[in-house]
Amino acid sequence: MMMKRPITRRRVLRGMLGGAAVSVALPLLDCFLNTNGTAYADGAPLPVRFGTWSWGCGMSKSIFVPKKIGADYDLPEEIVSFKPVRQHINLLTNFNGFRDAAPNLCHYTGWVIQRAGSPPMSTFDRPGQTIDVTVARRISAGTRYQSLSVTATSDERDTLSYENATTVNTAIASPLALYEKLFGAGFQDPNAPEFKPDPMTMVRKSALSGVLEDAKKMQASVGAADRQRLDQYFSSLRDLERQFELQVTRPEPREACVVPSKKSVEQAISGIDAEHVAARHKIMTDLMVMAVACDQTRVFNMLYSKPFSGTTKNGYDKPHHTATHEEPIDESLGYQPNASWFTRRAMENWAYFVEAFSKVKEGDGTLLDNMLIYATTDQSFAKIHSIDGLPMLTAGRAGGKMKTGLHIDGKGSASTRMGYTALKLMGVDVPSWGTQSNTTSQEIGEILA
Amino acid sequence: MRDLMKGDEAGRRRWIVGGVAAVAAIAAVVLLTREPSLPTNAGSPARVRLMTGAQFANSIEYMFGPSIDVGSAFAPLQRVDGLLALNASQVSVTMGQMQDFQRAAVSIASQVMSEGNLDRGVPSHRDALVPCKPAVATEPDDECAATFVRNAGRLLFRRPLSEQKVAELVGNAHRAADSLDDFYGGLQVVLESMLINPQFLLIEDTTEPDPDRSGHRRLDNYGLASRLSFLLWNSIPDEELLDAAEKGELYTQRGRKREVERMLASPRLENGVRAFFDDMFGFDHFDSLSKDPQKYPSITGATLQDAREQTLRTVVDHLLHKNADYRDLFTTRSTFISRALGPVYQVGAAPGWSSYELPANSGRAGILTHVSFLTLHAHPARSSATLRGKALREVFLCQRVPPPPPNVDFSAVEDPDSSLKTAREKLEVHRTNPSCAGCHKITDPIGLTLENFDGAGQFRTTENGAQIDTSGELDGKPFKDAVGLGEALRNSPALPTCLVKQVYSYATGGSIDTRDPMLEIFEQDFADSGYRVVDLLRDIAMSEAFSRIVPAPPSKQELAAPTEEIEILTVMN
Repeated sequence: MMMKRPITRRRVLRGMLGGAAVSVALPLLDCFLNTNGTAYADGAPLPVRFGTWSWGCGMSKSIFVPKKIGADYDLPEEIVSFKPVRQHINLLTNFNGFRDAAPNLCHYTGWVIQRAGSPPMSTFDRPGQTIDVTVARRISAGTRYQSLSVTATSDERDTLSYENATTVNTAIASPLALYEKLFGAGFQDPNAPEFKPDPMTMVRKSALSGVLEDAKKMQASVGAADRQRLDQYFSSLRDLERQFELQVTRPEPREACVVPSKKSVEQAISGIDAEHVAARHKIMTDLMVMAVACDQTRVFNMLYSKPFSGTTKNGYDKPHHTATHEEPIDESLGYQPNASWFTRRAMENWAYFVEAFSKVKEGDGTLLDNMLIYATTDQSFAKIHSIDGLPMLTAGRAGGKMKTGLHIDGKGSASTRMGYTALKLMGVDVPSWGTQSNTTSQEIGEILA
Repeated sequence: MRDLMKGDEAGRRRWIVGGVAAVAAIAAVVLLTREPSLPTNAGSPARVRLMTGAQFANSIEYMFGPSIDVGSAFAPLQRVDGLLALNASQVSVTMGQMQDFQRAAVSIASQVMSEGNLDRGVPSHRDALVPCKPAVATEPDDECAATFVRNAGRLLFRRPLSEQKVAELVGNAHRAADSLDDFYGGLQVVLESMLINPQFLLIEDTTEPDPDRSGHRRLDNYGLASRLSFLLWNSIPDEELLDAAEKGELYTQRGRKREVERMLASPRLENGVRAFFDDMFGFDHFDSLSKDPQKYPSITGATLQDAREQTLRTVVDHLLHKNADYRDLFTTRSTFISRALGPVYQVGAAPGWSSYELPANSGRAGILTHVSFLTLHAHPARSSATLRGKALREVFLCQRVPPPPPNVDFSAVEDPDSSLKTAREKLEVHRTNPSCAGCHKITDPIGLTLENFDGAGQFRTTENGAQIDTSGELDGKPFKDAVGLGEALRNSPALPTCLVKQVYSYATGGSIDTRDPMLEIFEQDFADSGYRVVDLLRDIAMSEAFSRIVPAPPSKQELAAPTEEIEILTVMN
């Protein structure tokens, strides 16, 4: 069934500027989809979204890496929590980060290679841009937020996303702040029966032109390095202008979008012990599911614990990172029990995260089917800061382009292969990704559908 | 009461060679630009700094009063050479950040233009903050709009608006008021646009040819007014400072002196001093600090919040109200106490803040023994001699302690039998291991002295039943406890050197090379003033170097060749 949008933007604007609110009734949902449930009725495919997830301080290899390669892989005790969602998850092990001539920067080199394709030369060095930014520039036009970075650690500095050497994408660190950003002022429910554009928006857009001119003028008066920064300022203003246009355009209806209640986020959750981190992670995950379902963003980063994971276990005196270094390996177990305790909590949260997206119906599948989630950590064996055998995870079928439920053995090849595969799946057409030994143009073929 | 006479002398010394008092009197009439002694390469590059969250909040409060909720739209900065402020001249504004700015602008502008609600006792902000009333509130009023944008624009953009700009903004207000049938709605939209304008959010060092140095540039009067204001008040200039800039008075000795003295005497100086020390002390980490509630049940969020405030109050009282020696911050027993801090200091406290003298037998003296330093540089459930030693060197002495090597072997300190009771015993293993010793020998002898305080800053004499040995040394100066450590730090020559470097970097918005010729000059003046921070601020603010522009140094893009060797930095004696 084809249904024309009942109003044009021009009509909206004319009506609004004439002082009349526009009110439109909208029968929608499934009727907007084609009969296969894989595309909108007008032929536009359901969008494929990209997300990342991260946890700190790696794994205990002997109880993390399954023995079996391929489908129906076994679940050693550190990842036993995958059980209900294993079919959605690819586990990639035995991939390496290559630092070449760069130093091994503790808890930094590993994730930077996996997110940006290059080893950093110092802890202040941010080579290139992170993969989420690259993907966002490809697929985020037309959504309210180009990307959203969120952390469950309650510290907004905990982010693995940066645009360039000097521009970090700060994380949203509290459930309430995330809620306000998504569903507070400025949110337009895509499934609302009526659409009333805010009459302020167009006058705001009009007033923006003078600001743009001032940014251009300032750009001309400053030095070369600052000119680039002014250029970014100008671009951000342009993006804001486009946002204003979006706000007066009735959003596409979204079948899976259910606006969450504010009640769930009103209670502040402080504390960095695993229990509180999990509580924040859960609420933020639920909000992010709806952020995606309601098409507020198509790219996001969720950080469960940071590379130098500061998560604590109540009653135990060593935070996660400290435990990985100071706790002895229990000879009878063959691993560090407390360090492993933290990894197990991380994997439980990952499983919750994956399951949350898998529970939302979209088209004839789930939201997760139309996503590619890429999860990384900073070390393989944190105790010795190893970046050999870095584990990675994916979830989602990337709109049907990716197989799931597999354990892949990287056989020591570059971990950047997963980033490269993700870029290709998300439509970023690059001949290769990464630098020097991390350069790859080899996708991980086993997971391609 | 501040000793302004002393400051006067320090200021005068900058204008002449030698600082001889008799000559100073004559030099007082010499124009700043004619100072003969200034090294030719003195000055700083022209920078563009993104306003910080605190500067934004201070500016909005100054303009529109404390009842306007500013929100928190600003992303945290990354520390550069020990200061967050130095990152402000490097960061760019992403789209996400711009959206946050815009949201804050809408919130602030709508509050400023709010009609209020008399029935609910909500005052009308617009009546107080818009200096005129429109003829009809539902229609445009260009005259009133022009009055508002001219006044607000001059303060926000820190220079007068051109008539063309005024006309553009009034035109916007007119069209918006027409569309919305609301004069104040129109003005709100214009104010929103001003609040996201780069002329407000970016602090640009605007320059002009230096009339006394052919081929060189200096800050123009408005650029200088902003630099002064953000240094001393962490906020925008006021009308008087802009008036002085407009008249070109900031480049006459009398004019600049008058303005600098006025700014130093203003209550707004406290904002400036707080902002600097909050930054230098790394207190932004309090925003995410928490302690293990099982281990430290009496430490709440309020305790940690008050710990930060306690030290800042002490700093303001010591440096501004008492105009005392900066170095004595590390030995003074005078501080303030709140109810939330009472349990940690083992003292009952009344609600609010009251002055408090750390008892002589408390084991505490100086800000190193404040709960702020002790909790910030510790783990959630235990103390850390290494973190504390590292912080002391990095924060107060501007030294850099390298990170541990990536392949560090901790097996020697792993002690499943718990035979090692105290941190000293455990860390001794590091200090006897060659690959660890290099760094631990420069951190641990300091940090172990603070082991009298647990991870929550609570005093103790034993750990796991064993007596704590708090003896230590700082660069060859031995001491037996934390009070002795404070004295040793107080007497370290690197302490004032570090402060001067950080204040001058902060003042000019970028990293300062340790070979910068002005550092030695400022440091000598600082010593001559008896290490009075107000005098240091005056000295920098009055110096010609403060307003001189020099070419930017080559970028640090190419970083030093990587190495896995431990870098042992020379520790100053």
